[in-house]
Amino acid sequence: MTAPPLLAVGDLSVTFRTRAGPVKALERVSFAVDKGETIAIVGESGSGKSVTAQAIMGILDPAGRVEAGRVYFAGLDLLRASASELADMRGREFAMIFQNPRGALNPIRTVGDQIADVLARHEHLKGAAARDRAMEMLALVKITDPRRRLDAYPFELSGGMCQRVMIALALACRPALLIADEPTTGLDVTTQAAIMDLIGELGRSRGMATVLITHDLGLAAEHCGRIVVMHAGHVVEDAPAAQLFAAPRHPYTAKLLAATPRPGRHLEDLEAIPGGLPDLRRADLPGCRFLERCDRAGEPCRAPALDAIVTPSPDGERRVLCVRPLMGLAA
Amino acid sequence: MAAVQAYARHLRHVVTENPVTGAAFALFLLLVLTAILGPALVPFDPLQSDASRTLHPPSARHWFGTDQLGRDVFSRVVVATRLDMTIAFASVLLVFVTGTLTGVAAGHFGGWVDRLTGRIADTIMAFPLFVLAMGIVAALGNSIGNIVLATAVVNFPLYVRVARAEANVRRDAGFVEAARVSGNSEARVVLFHILPNTLPIMMVQVSLTLGYAILNAAGLSFIGLGVRPPTPEWGIMVADGANYIQSGEWWVALFPGLALMLAVFCFNLLGDGLRDLIDPRRRT
Amino acid sequence: MLAMIGRRLAAALPSIAGVVVVTFLLTRLLPGDPAAYFAGPAATPQAIEEIRQRLGLDQSVPAQFLTYLGDLARGEFGLSLTTGLPVMQELVTRLPASLELTLAGLLFAVAVAVPLGILAAVRAGSWIDHATRIVATAGVSLPTFFTGLLLVHVFYSVLQVAPAPMGRLDIFSSTPPPVTGLYVLDALLAGDGETALAALAQLALPALTLGIFALAPLARMTRAAMLAALGSEFVRAARASGLSRGRIVWVYAFRNAMLPVLTTLGMVFSFLLGANVLVEKVFAWPGIGSYAIEALIVSDYAPVQGFVLTMALLYVLLNLAIDILYGIVDPRVKVES
Repeated sequence: MTAPPLLAVGDLSVTFRTRAGPVKALERVSFAVDKGETIAIVGESGSGKSVTAQAIMGILDPAGRVEAGRVYFAGLDLLRASASELADMRGREFAMIFQNPRGALNPIRTVGDQIADVLARHEHLKGAAARDRAMEMLALVKITDPRRRLDAYPFELSGGMCQRVMIALALACRPALLIADEPTTGLDVTTQAAIMDLIGELGRSRGMATVLITHDLGLAAEHCGRIVVMHAGHVVEDAPAAQLFAAPRHPYTAKLLAATPRPGRHLEDLEAIPGGLPDLRRADLPGCRFLERCDRAGEPCRAPALDAIVTPSPDGERRVLCVRPLMGLAA
Repeated sequence: MAAVQAYARHLRHVVTENPVTGAAFALFLLLVLTAILGPALVPFDPLQSDASRTLHPPSARHWFGTDQLGRDVFSRVVVATRLDMTIAFASVLLVFVTGTLTGVAAGHFGGWVDRLTGRIADTIMAFPLFVLAMGIVAALGNSIGNIVLATAVVNFPLYVRVARAEANVRRDAGFVEAARVSGNSEARVVLFHILPNTLPIMMVQVSLTLGYAILNAAGLSFIGLGVRPPTPEWGIMVADGANYIQSGEWWVALFPGLALMLAVFCFNLLGDGLRDLIDPRRRT
Repeated sequence: MLAMIGRRLAAALPSIAGVVVVTFLLTRLLPGDPAAYFAGPAATPQAIEEIRQRLGLDQSVPAQFLTYLGDLARGEFGLSLTTGLPVMQELVTRLPASLELTLAGLLFAVAVAVPLGILAAVRAGSWIDHATRIVATAGVSLPTFFTGLLLVHVFYSVLQVAPAPMGRLDIFSSTPPPVTGLYVLDALLAGDGETALAALAQLALPALTLGIFALAPLARMTRAAMLAALGSEFVRAARASGLSRGRIVWVYAFRNAMLPVLTTLGMVFSFLLGANVLVEKVFAWPGIGSYAIEALIVSDYAPVQGFVLTMALLYVLLNLAIDILYGIVDPRVKVES
């Protein structure tokens, strides 16, 4: 009997109300993260990765509404928790870092004060004590001369430095789960590697689970044991990384792999994925939202709703949302 | 013909998209009609005084009452529409033409043209605008023409800035480059390719400043500049009525004031609606 | 800090120069003979000639400009024809009245508009948001002089709760000993509560009139800036770290939203100073605006010129103050060259 997962998302559906009608941004999204585990959520932009993160954190835009589903964190259903219970847990039990670190920091507040704000909120640290802890955190994320940096404003720091500050801020209260939403997009390549190494290292040393949201399969493969593939608001495949790369089951995963540059593969071998994401405002969205881009599609694929096919495997189960999954064929 | 139809369709879209804008547009049409037909419709001669009927409160005969000279306030308010609208439209037309051309030239050519117009605009903006308008009318002479001019001058920087920004972003746009490559002179490029593209935004500017132009002109005549009695004009009528407010004869000032307010409100709503439609980014 | 203020001051110099040149040009633009104009409608030819020489109008334009600059440097704004008193002296005695009115109007506008704008943004789409939008649009559409008259009619004539719109103090109160020139403040400083109250009662309606006009741009800008700040990534991040709603709204969103609102204050002051003239006329407020209007009617030009110059310099100074305030609130300004 294994321990219950740290985070369990089940059948999560989110709809955004817009002028042009409701957008079904997420539909029956399910996945789980064990304690200390690192998983990746990958997909194109618009696939619902960030919305998933925001729904878990309870920070959706006012236009977005969770229609159905469960988000269990350490046994507590976050969707049914009160606003104040949730606010007590955010930043303390689970935290998040963002795509654009400079934009995610308050531009007219020193970084030290911003870290101290979080410490004051969750650990009731004030004044010098908060400042000392903030400085420790800056040192932890390998910012040189942390005492001086405490009084810096975000505009005085580089993008990579801002992301380190964000990480320090997110980890200040030792959360059990970190959601990293495209943490390295917009940073230059060397900084990207350094930030990812930092996240990985801190996660391991603190036994912290990490959900890495990215569009970069290579990055996911390098850092994560399990990969959740999203497409148009659906989780289309969820599998241990090695198995997913060796033998993708969902046609979209296969296309995604074929479109990802890897060492030893020529650029001309990369395939583009045909078509775009379907219009999520459509009332007649098929159960398979990849239908119109898929070359394996047939009559059974047009069912109005699909259930994920679950298969056990030595490293944990695999799930695929497809009527005609690929079987055992390497990409 | 097709162009007219397309225009009508667009207009219908503008009006129906937002009911408030639609109402403002209806009010605008009413104002224009009143300005054109007003003098032919009113029951009394707006200048005809009647010593036996001074300061009568509103009644079935005099809907808005009579003023200190026994003149019918309703007739005066209606007839004044033409003058107030003419001043506002004339000043906005003047600043629209001069401001847009100057701004487009500054944005397109840059260099000293840009620096000079920027300097002029900054200097005008260094004054509280109504105060500058007062100074201009006082210096140039107390006439309606100078009210129009002063109102145009104080709005000049707004037009120059918007037109300059619009022209500047288009200076090296693809279609401009294409026009240049196909042998158009620089003047032709500016007049036929850049200028027309700035017009939608400038039209928004026009409807946004019309309200201010009416307020500015009425304010000037309220303090005794520009229009002279007994000419019916809303600002001066409110000024006349001000003398009777404390003794309780409120109608002399109220009705021209309401007309003024309604006109400005109408233009402001129309301007907001138009801006939301043409330039949704600047919605506040 | 001091260096920043110095830089801002230097940046304001061209504006001041522009203002001085324009006010000079305005006298040169006088239709017909400026000397005849300055001498007034009833002057004899000798009187006009005398004035021409006294004003230096027989000299070349650059020479006249230099004379004008010299006069300004000595605080010499010429004489008023109607009162025979130096314009400068009159402006100095009347300026506090105008300032008191403008500041009170601004205070009222900020006190109402900023909370309204915040509320409208925090509850975007609610009835309070729509109400704010309508109030704001109606506010700018009201001609100030009309609002003033309406308020006088309702609160003085009908309800009889406001004092007569006749200046800064009723005839039963005596002027408080001058310290700041602002009656309410001076009376309070002198410990004279009764006079302070009387002065406040006189000030209430005109300040309200001015404030209503300035309300609209402030409320709109506050709402827009708050909406932008609340929708920003750093507010999302602050929510993600569990900060309390109060802290997010006030420390994170509000302080950032105040920056564009401060910028709008410049335009608001332009509105306020202009509308000030009209309000002074309606309430017989003895400020520099009503001085200018009295002079305008009798074609007494020197006071008008002095008034325009004073207002413009005041406006430049207010903008300077806004700039400095902005520099204090926004750390990013300090590093800009």
